[in-house]
Amino acid sequence: MRRFSFLWAFLFLILLWEGIKLGLKIPEYMLPSPQRVLSALLSMLVSGELLKNTVASLFRVTWGFYLAVFTAIPIGLFLGRNLLAMKAFTPIINFLRPISPLAWIPIALMWFGIGDKPAIFLIFLASFFPMLVFTMSAVTNIKPIYFRVAKNFGLKGRDLYLKVILPAALPEILVGVRITLGTAWLVIVAAEMIAVKSGLGYLIIDARNSLRMDKVIAGMIVIGIVGLILDIFIRQIERFPSVEWSQMRR
Amino acid sequence: MEDKILVKDLKKIYLERRAKRRFLSQCHYKEECLVLNGLNFRVKNGSFTCFIGPSGCGKSTLLRIIAGFDRPTSGEIVIDGKRVKGPSKRHVFVFQEDGLFPWLTARQNVAIGLKERSKSKEKWDSEVDEYLELVGLTGFENHYPHELSGGMRRRAEVARALISNPDILFMDEPFGALDFVTRLQMREEMVNVHAMFDMTILFITHDIDEALQLGDQIIVLSDRPSKIKRDIILNFPHPRDLTKGELKEIRKEIYYQMGLHVAL
Repeated sequence: MRRFSFLWAFLFLILLWEGIKLGLKIPEYMLPSPQRVLSALLSMLVSGELLKNTVASLFRVTWGFYLAVFTAIPIGLFLGRNLLAMKAFTPIINFLRPISPLAWIPIALMWFGIGDKPAIFLIFLASFFPMLVFTMSAVTNIKPIYFRVAKNFGLKGRDLYLKVILPAALPEILVGVRITLGTAWLVIVAAEMIAVKSGLGYLIIDARNSLRMDKVIAGMIVIGIVGLILDIFIRQIERFPSVEWSQMRR
Repeated sequence: MEDKILVKDLKKIYLERRAKRRFLSQCHYKEECLVLNGLNFRVKNGSFTCFIGPSGCGKSTLLRIIAGFDRPTSGEIVIDGKRVKGPSKRHVFVFQEDGLFPWLTARQNVAIGLKERSKSKEKWDSEVDEYLELVGLTGFENHYPHELSGGMRRRAEVARALISNPDILFMDEPFGALDFVTRLQMREEMVNVHAMFDMTILFITHDIDEALQLGDQIIVLSDRPSKIKRDIILNFPHPRDLTKGELKEIRKEIYYQMGLHVAL
């Protein structure tokens, strides 16, 4: 019973939705009923529309996100170890970081045209800076004792990075990965509302254009579910024994 | 036995900026801070030398300088007849803080101390397990540090230091954070370890009894700027009873030197 407590909360939310709709007599075109949304969801599932658009969104997020992770982590590891370089670059990073990826849309379209590329570029921008900052701070937070031990046993260069710096920073980096993936998923929907003809963002904007609020909400639900699954997936990585230590200590 | 380490007129002055990082809080602004004020002593090959002195008197600094991690302001350190110019792979530290890598198992941690990496993996493992057995960690090879007790973690660190086959083992208050009983056990084990391996051990401690039970030589440092107050050679067999005879007298004297006037 306790394991499924969330189901009760979920049921409560649905009833609240239905109740408000009936109580305030909200017309269908403003707020569709849960049954309507469910049937839209099912019909899109059957027609394959849902799967196609989810895959399209995931494809773009995966590319943009991985590009960001695999560039930001090495750069962050390097900057985190070089105080001078970090001091030099931090103002630039902090200047670029608060610029919303959405503000880059015109530039993205100009550079990459229409299609997957501008969306991937926006995801990359949205993921790169947070990932960089998380990695840098993870490295600067490594306990100095580990560096002393490494020096003591002659670990240098590549060995130092692979055997000490990366594993020591990994738990904090993974927290960054989790938060960043959430952000990337937030941005993809907005990005797909402009440049492409597929994806969950496109599905929503397309449904709005044909005044299908049931499809809009169905799309939103799918976005939420996929976000949830991505988060659960990353949490599993945090349970590996070589990463778990940061939660066990203190 | 010949001299292993010779320390000649060693002086160390810190500038405040650097000193601050080293937790020497009594130094002010840009004043120079004299930490070590002309130390002279020798350590015999294969001996167990304990350093005691008040907090912040520069014991750790002294060890770092001998190991070559830090430079003296004046004076020199001679090891095996050669002047120390920098760190050596054969000088291994066991630090006061927990120095095991928490992302590695006990076995992987000890393997960090292995110098020759060309051997096959089975050979590695068996050598590592030998050292783990030596410190009584058999059965815990695949445990992560957070799954081990404080004493076990210290043992794993000692194993990691020993497997690297050090010439000189530097121990900076290694058992300071352990509970009383574990500390006594570790003390006994250190006596055994020292008997088994041919190496010189330099050991910092706050615990006068620990120094008396472990040391072949005890060097008592004064408050900063520190000088050597006493340099005592102890030729007593282990285990030692501190409540009788000459050791009792020496113990009394060290307590007195440290400014403690307790009835013993």
